[in-house]
Amino acid sequence: MTTNDPYATSRETTEGRVYSVTGNDWDSLVTEIGATKEERVVVNMGPQHPSTHGVLRLILELEGETVTEARAGIGYLHTGIEKNAEYRTWTQGTTFVTRMDYLSPIFNETAYCLAVEKLLGVTEEIPERASVIRVLMMEFNRISSHMVALGTGALELGALTPMLFAFREREKVLDIFEMVSGLRMNMAYIRPGGVSQDLPDGALTKIRETVKELRHNFKDNAKLLIGNTIWMKRTQGVGYLDLAGCITLGVTGPILRATGMPWDLRKSEPYCGYENYNFDVITNDGCDTYGRFLIKMDELEQSLRIIEQCVTKLEALEGAPVVIEDKKIGSPADLKVGPDGMGNSQEHIAHIMGQSMEALIHHFKISTEGFRVPAGQVYATVESPKGETGVHLVSDGGSHPYRLHFREPSFNNLQSLAAMCEGSMIADVVAAVASIDPVMGGVDR
Amino acid sequence: MTQEHGLFGAKGTGDTSGYGGLVRKSHNEISAERPYGGYFDEIMDELERAYPDFNDAIEQVVIHRGELTLHVKAARLFEVAQVLRDTPSLRFEVCLGVNGVHYPSDKDRELHCVYPLLSMTFNRRIRLEVSVPDSNPHLPSLVELWGGNNWHERETFDMFGIIFDGHPGLTRILMPDDWIGHPQRKDYPLGGIPVEYKGATVPPPNERRSYR
Repeated sequence: MTTNDPYATSRETTEGRVYSVTGNDWDSLVTEIGATKEERVVVNMGPQHPSTHGVLRLILELEGETVTEARAGIGYLHTGIEKNAEYRTWTQGTTFVTRMDYLSPIFNETAYCLAVEKLLGVTEEIPERASVIRVLMMEFNRISSHMVALGTGALELGALTPMLFAFREREKVLDIFEMVSGLRMNMAYIRPGGVSQDLPDGALTKIRETVKELRHNFKDNAKLLIGNTIWMKRTQGVGYLDLAGCITLGVTGPILRATGMPWDLRKSEPYCGYENYNFDVITNDGCDTYGRFLIKMDELEQSLRIIEQCVTKLEALEGAPVVIEDKKIGSPADLKVGPDGMGNSQEHIAHIMGQSMEALIHHFKISTEGFRVPAGQVYATVESPKGETGVHLVSDGGSHPYRLHFREPSFNNLQSLAAMCEGSMIADVVAAVASIDPVMGGVDR
Repeated sequence: MTQEHGLFGAKGTGDTSGYGGLVRKSHNEISAERPYGGYFDEIMDELERAYPDFNDAIEQVVIHRGELTLHVKAARLFEVAQVLRDTPSLRFEVCLGVNGVHYPSDKDRELHCVYPLLSMTFNRRIRLEVSVPDSNPHLPSLVELWGGNNWHERETFDMFGIIFDGHPGLTRILMPDDWIGHPQRKDYPLGGIPVEYKGATVPPPNERRSYR
């Protein structure tokens, strides 16, 4: 490089000349490459690039501005959650899996808990109120996840205001999470057997208000982007992937529904009582980034519809249990959100410390050893904002999982990047990645 | 799977709960008998019709918690998968990936691979399970049938060391390229490597505290 920047250097390697680009030195790079008569340039984008949704590394082979080959390098956020879970009890597992796809923690927890419950054979015994709360939390989580996808997606294409609007709405959803579970992210709120605690007093009123606000505010982004000429030019026909491509690549979620395929596990294999809710599966036949964007926008309204039905159901189920009746599975701790976060309720502490030795023993045993799950293997799925989240869970009959594997939609869907981007302009790669909506915590686990 | 004695890893006389004498065999998968119930019979009938070598290829049929698992011989995996995908009455057009499981005590069948299949046409699911010996961990790659298996097979190779013959580029995907060992195997300790921080060495987690 011709500048004096010590970081913007160039050196010879066996693959050819390698240039480091640090920003504001594009002109000098072009001048220097232009002198080499080299047609083909390999650009290494990431893993610390602002538009790659975390630590995703893209290796792009370019001819001029056209991408001839696109490969994704992943693994920078691999944390070994699956391995760690093998050393923890079944209940502690939720604390781990919630950190996989950190933008949709409730879906990870629910998928994991559904798998544990299936292995235990207690799926039918989960109290209805617990299932309704799970649905409520999942749909709120779908909104917050879509908000990040839309906001950051728009930001990466240069639209700043949609991002501010999206994060404004996401904050409202996170406030609900905080009120219900004590935490804004990574809540470990869904537990095998039910949920960790009941909704606090006044929650339904707050939820009703929030739904009203969200419905009103979603219009802001819709007005900004839907039909916006610049937005459509940047997204229509970009990141094209049709039904055949989706099927062979195992791609699910909004990308699949953007090919016109009405595939939604909430309809095709209902769990948590989704068959009792009225909502529509949104499809679009654009097969492109714009189609996926429209689907996410419309799914927000469907989520609000489901949440409203949840509120009605919860009113009717006031005071019903939220944890399985079986005391050998459900935690006895009667968790409550206090001023310093979630913890054991004072009544429970008084009970085990002052009144009942047996209760103390039980509490100790279930907190340290946990419960045992009969040997076998199951595969449980939920429809997360990104597609099918599948949990393959193997038990050897012990007090912790023998093997836990997450089939992460982000991991699977990111493979379609090459199919979407090869042959397109380099600027469209950013739009395509945003439409896949990969979360690296989920991709790398 | 392993055979375990007692609870909490108590050895000798430490356990006074009365459970110390229990011997629990944990691998209790039992072959299912016909009728299997639900759509499982239909799948099996169609598979038998479409695939003449059915009896040779399918080692065991297991139904557990309402899920159908076909244990397939490793050498026959590709054929069975292709029949399942292409037969019009089966149409398992989506494969949801591969997952490895390591059973060190399952002699000559140490490494298992599990393939969840989905038929969107009929809204049905089944699971294929194959096993390979640790000494010769080779499986046919299914990338040709389901392109989406590409990364999943790379991940299984990375984590378990199972080699998928015919894979277009079987390299590590999550761990660094020069990593030694396959972390999800049971003989690979949690944490695996001691971590040095400011001169002090922290041992791997499994050596810090007794987990079992």
